[in-house]
Amino acid sequence: MTPLAAVIRRDLLVALRVGGGALIGVLFFLSVVVLIPSAIGPDLPLLKRIGPAILWLGAMLASLLTLDRLFTADHDDGTLDLIVMSRTPLELTCLAKALAHWIASSIPLIVATPVLALMLNLDAAATLGVILTLVAGTPALTLTGMIGAALSVTLRRGGLLLPVLVLPLSIPTLIFGVVASNAAASGQPLFGAPLSILVALSLFALVVGPLAAAASLRQGLD
Amino acid sequence: MSLIDLANPSRFLRFAGRAMPWLAALTAILMLAGLYQVLMAPDDYQMGAVVKIMFIHVPNAWLAMFVWGVMSIAALGTLVWRHPLADVAAKAAAPIGAAFTFLALITGSLWGRPMWGTYWEWDARLTSVLILFLMYLGIMTLWRAVDDPSRAARAAAILTLVGAINLPIIKFSVDWWNTLHQPASVIRIGGPTIHASLLLPLLTMAVAFSLLFLTLHLAAMRNEILRRRVRTLQLMQAATA
Repeated sequence: MTPLAAVIRRDLLVALRVGGGALIGVLFFLSVVVLIPSAIGPDLPLLKRIGPAILWLGAMLASLLTLDRLFTADHDDGTLDLIVMSRTPLELTCLAKALAHWIASSIPLIVATPVLALMLNLDAAATLGVILTLVAGTPALTLTGMIGAALSVTLRRGGLLLPVLVLPLSIPTLIFGVVASNAAASGQPLFGAPLSILVALSLFALVVGPLAAAASLRQGLD
Repeated sequence: MSLIDLANPSRFLRFAGRAMPWLAALTAILMLAGLYQVLMAPDDYQMGAVVKIMFIHVPNAWLAMFVWGVMSIAALGTLVWRHPLADVAAKAAAPIGAAFTFLALITGSLWGRPMWGTYWEWDARLTSVLILFLMYLGIMTLWRAVDDPSRAARAAAILTLVGAINLPIIKFSVDWWNTLHQPASVIRIGGPTIHASLLLPLLTMAVAFSLLFLTLHLAAMRNEILRRRVRTLQLMQAATA
């Protein structure tokens, strides 16, 4: 087994076993989606209109909540030092860790989306639109979030800092995700352009995220 | 004296001390000259006297982006050469840049009320500048979160370079998305579309504000270097006591 496959396997196992917290994200997603109708009242037409935005906001906050898991436990028990010192390029290891994190934390969110969409009175086209945009956009959230996680892991009060650093960088993804979902919900032919931009954001983050995260891990740990 | 010599903090302090009064005087003169030109400039045929806000708003908005550019260059200095003066330059620039961005947002909001009928509009230019402001605040928080200055410098440098991706988005947002904010009218292909009677005061104000940034930046860098020396002296004193 190559080192990268080993990293992915290990991270997935750690995330799924007791104390891993892969499902905490889904639970948080559910709580956010329940909170908003409780706050604005059970107005079904209104919920149908803002449903895609609620789902995107919930998914974004849930993925932010679990970002801390990317490096903190490994830093606490010293694994991270071994990873940084190993001969495998740190950029690729970061990419592998991001992939494992995305599988463990974002795929459950996407799987939970149809049920939550039903609760928000979304029709099939809108639900499909939200799922598609989440598949295209959550990699960008994970990969840009990884930069913040790598920056904050070596700082003592890093956990508090993480959302402040990551949220401004995630705003473009949120904007285009919601625009594309709304276009899908209203059946407009304009669905393609924002979806392409969303995919472009994810691809861009695929390049910048691992590079910046590896750089900040190297700078922070020596 | 070449630019390389300034890389020595003591030489830099001496240079900054000598240059500062001249820079401050030049800034004051140009600012007064610019304001006088603004006063004499004709009103816009559509906007009337409200157009005068532009002479404050546009230089501030330019500098909001320019300062992040300065911070990005300093970030390269920190990461590539590990130069302490680059750390100081990046740290000193952040609050000044945040102030310029804040002023650009405030003046834009005051300009938007009579022109667009609203203080705030969620269009591409306004939103991306607001994100820039949030990122300045994030950088300042990061600087404050780490006790060790050189470690804070490297973390902030990486975040600065990642945030620099936002700059072209701000610059071209008005061309890519057809929104409420007007498209570029000074720096554009095919020359400025703005009349010379308004362009000249605008450029004077832009130079004056740039000099203001340079003066404030030099002063803040000098303060930061002195602050670090005081800290080192205190640590040495604590070690011997």
